[in-house]
Amino acid sequence: MYAIGERINGMFRAVAAAIKEQNPEPIQGLAREQLKAGAQALDVNVGPAAAEPLAAMEWLVKAIREVTDAPLAIDTTKPEVMRRGLELSGPGAIINSAKGQQEQLDVYVPMAIEYEASLIALTIDENGIPRDANGRSEIALRAVAAAMEKGLPTDRLMIDAVILPVNVTQPTPGHVLEAIRSVKLLSDPPPKTVLGLSNVSQGTTQRELINRTYLVMALAAGMDAAIVDVLDTELMDAMITAELLMNRAVYADDFLKAYRASAAG
Amino acid sequence: MPFEMPVEKSSSAVNTVTIGATADEGGTRLSTVTVGGETALPFLHFEGEMPHRPAIAMEVLDVPPEEWPGPMQEAVGDVCGDVAGWARKCVDEFGADMISLHLVGAHPDQQDRSAEECAQTVKAVMEAVGVPLIIWGCGEADKDNEIMPRCSEVAAGENCLLGTATEDNYRTITAACIADNHKLLAEAPLDINIQKQVNILVSEMGLDLSRIVMYQATGGLGYGMEYAYSIMERTRLAALSADRTLSMPMLALVGPECWKAKEARADEATAPEWGDAAERGIAWEATTATCFLHAGTHILVMWHPRAVEIVRNTIDSLVKQEG
Repeated sequence: MYAIGERINGMFRAVAAAIKEQNPEPIQGLAREQLKAGAQALDVNVGPAAAEPLAAMEWLVKAIREVTDAPLAIDTTKPEVMRRGLELSGPGAIINSAKGQQEQLDVYVPMAIEYEASLIALTIDENGIPRDANGRSEIALRAVAAAMEKGLPTDRLMIDAVILPVNVTQPTPGHVLEAIRSVKLLSDPPPKTVLGLSNVSQGTTQRELINRTYLVMALAAGMDAAIVDVLDTELMDAMITAELLMNRAVYADDFLKAYRASAAG
Repeated sequence: MPFEMPVEKSSSAVNTVTIGATADEGGTRLSTVTVGGETALPFLHFEGEMPHRPAIAMEVLDVPPEEWPGPMQEAVGDVCGDVAGWARKCVDEFGADMISLHLVGAHPDQQDRSAEECAQTVKAVMEAVGVPLIIWGCGEADKDNEIMPRCSEVAAGENCLLGTATEDNYRTITAACIADNHKLLAEAPLDINIQKQVNILVSEMGLDLSRIVMYQATGGLGYGMEYAYSIMERTRLAALSADRTLSMPMLALVGPECWKAKEARADEATAPEWGDAAERGIAWEATTATCFLHAGTHILVMWHPRAVEIVRNTIDSLVKQEG
């Protein structure tokens, strides 16, 4: 699984404080720690409270680039902040994210092409989040069509079928799994699938258990990538074990260590 | 419609490993051997790079086998009682890229040779030839733990390949490799899971994964070769999909395995229907070696000079890129 580390996000108090004080050390520490724990890319979000999101994004990306060349998932809803983030992080970045309505796809698909980035497309449009799997697939198809039309390779498109907290809507986890399966049939090569995993457990009392159980279910359904807390060791252990059980890694008694040795390299 | 070749691209490569050290590199070898580095399955030049050709090591034993098959007697019978002379002949006359020295005489059931005697043998072979050395213990764990540190020490700086580390016995030899700057041969009993585990265990002792060569207890043609083949192939695929704990080059013990087979050994009086005994064993060894080349083997340990010649020609034709 392609793991995108979620911790550099202004919603976390320590990150917000670091941004405010322009203190790069906590940010760089989080970058290093997450990569060491198995992240292949780092999500970068200035948070809702940032006074000047553009300046905050510039500062964050520059601070991270001092310690790593790993791909960054620029996480913002503002196109100008996205553009600047992509510029500073270089080719191979991830746009996180575009919604599925045509106006947004018209902005972000060309941006992904221009900056040699991947694009996360959410299955949300002007009508909101669909109630079922079919509605999600329809929006995904719109994103796939936009990518094909404008020339973004479909395997650089990542469909996020939008998971909601299980205590808010209990049918959604099932719908999302169904959508992950059906999205794979939309094109050849198929789009990738991704989830912002931690949302599934928002507001519950068993967050880690719910996260890792659902991660394994989504992997079994064919999910390729997830934005996760890679510092949650049990979550990563569950992911590594799922990959093993799906024959994506060769077994060894120390298969957890083996996975981490490979990820670290 | 024109045919379009389906091409699979891999983002990862097999590790590149060099055996042997020249004077400039702190050793006394006149040549070194570098293997690995491929980014595709063997010889698929249209899918990726294969920067180094597979190497042929010829095996010499400190105590020659009691029952040498006829063709082997004919080829090396005159020198097989003198390990240094035997090694020299393999290099000078037969063109071996490396010498694989097997210290069978140390085995308690053989001559139970001491660590010092074994070390002197290593030294003698080292002085006799300028090619890199692979040094194997006798296969008895306790005895190997006694002799290998000393053998490693007399070859310090020569960047040899020392074998073998197994799941149950890896500490002593790994420590020796680290101390004397050698490469390590990590062995598994025809089992990819154990191979991976051994690699993890030795790397946890501080030996970098880039200093390992893997050895699956080889089966010869007719005696489990297909198991070794499929394991090696799967290992190679794991390397190409970025499993760093299975990305090392591989070695196959072809000669000794093949010449164990009755089909290779039997003389014409015993099995007239099997044809010319002078050719049969050689064909057995060359066929096995060729199969392992296609499985992704990097270092072939061989016995008969004629089989070596055939396989060298095969390698020549396989590494040549078309167009």
